[in-house]
Amino acid sequence: MALHFELVTPAKQVRSEDVHMVVVPGAEGDFGVLEGHAPFMSVIRDGAVQVYKTEGSAPEEIEVRGGFAEVGDNGLTVLAEHATDAAGE
Amino acid sequence: MASLKELKDRIGSVKSTQKITKAKQMVAAAKLRRAQAAAEAARPYADRLGDVMASIAGKVSGDSAPKLLAGTGSDQRHLLVVVNTDKGLCGGLNANIVKAAKLKAKDLLAAGKQVEFYLVGKKGRAPIKRDYADKITAGFDTSTVKLPGFEEAEAIAAELLEMFEGGKFDVAHLVYPTFKSALAQDPTVDQLIPVPAPETAADSDAVVEYEPGEEEILEELLPRYVKTQVFGGLLEREASEHGASMTAMDNATRNAGDLIQSLNIEYNRRRQAAITTELIEIIAGAEAL
Repeated sequence: MALHFELVTPAKQVRSEDVHMVVVPGAEGDFGVLEGHAPFMSVIRDGAVQVYKTEGSAPEEIEVRGGFAEVGDNGLTVLAEHATDAAGE
Repeated sequence: MASLKELKDRIGSVKSTQKITKAKQMVAAAKLRRAQAAAEAARPYADRLGDVMASIAGKVSGDSAPKLLAGTGSDQRHLLVVVNTDKGLCGGLNANIVKAAKLKAKDLLAAGKQVEFYLVGKKGRAPIKRDYADKITAGFDTSTVKLPGFEEAEAIAAELLEMFEGGKFDVAHLVYPTFKSALAQDPTVDQLIPVPAPETAADSDAVVEYEPGEEEILEELLPRYVKTQVFGGLLEREASEHGASMTAMDNATRNAGDLIQSLNIEYNRRRQAAITTELIEIIAGAEAL
């Protein structure tokens, strides 16, 4: 019961991991993606993507700008022009 | 005839040249590795974006397609975006890019189209100016930054899109070197604007929901796609520059080595001849007593 989450920027692949849930700031409102979400594409407004590693854990926030989200069979893919990792790398 | 001292100086000068070319070669090798890694890292993004574009573009019908995809309806005015390097010492790389750009320009002009140039990088300016001085509209200077990143690509793409919106051109081509290996970099001409219709991916039957709508998303994605293309061009240029530079400098170092060797032989021969002459003089003097 894991959602495969990928965050990709032109510079590098920031994240590629299995997580519990991701809350994405969509252009028409935030939406959460769990495993088995219906296929979906949305433009993202600039803001923080919240990644919940496990159920009930504190979310990790990643700031993205110029993003686009795609939910397909293979999980959630977020394409962003810029992403700043709160944790820093 | 050159004296012994002159020969010695000459050897010294070639040696210091060799040191420079050797250093440049090693720097290029290190930078090449980094540039290749950067190009590698950019690939997933470009691939994903291409996939998404393909899946949406197939769904948006011809009439409502945005101008960036459908074009302005005419193809009279062409813009050649030529990506050159900022630094020399990279063999025939820039010459090849310029040659490809000029060839494309000649073809277009022969077909009765108008051609203009948009130049990225320093090294393309002079040779293109020689033939098409009045056709260079604008350019972008990347020499101010150490490693051109996405910001530069964004700035270039923004300027191009603005020109397109302003009706300055109908079709834009991107001319850039494709990095094959350290030995081969092929100049490539790709259509940039209007965005070439991507091959429709084998669409899965899954019903995909779009937010806001397909057209809005496409409208949002097309400029992003152009940016990514330009970014890809810059990355390829970077890798090509260092690859070509590495090869050219390797050759130069080897040539300098050959030259030093032959100069050394010449020098030793000359020295020995001088010693022999001196000995003969001494012996002759001693015998005369």
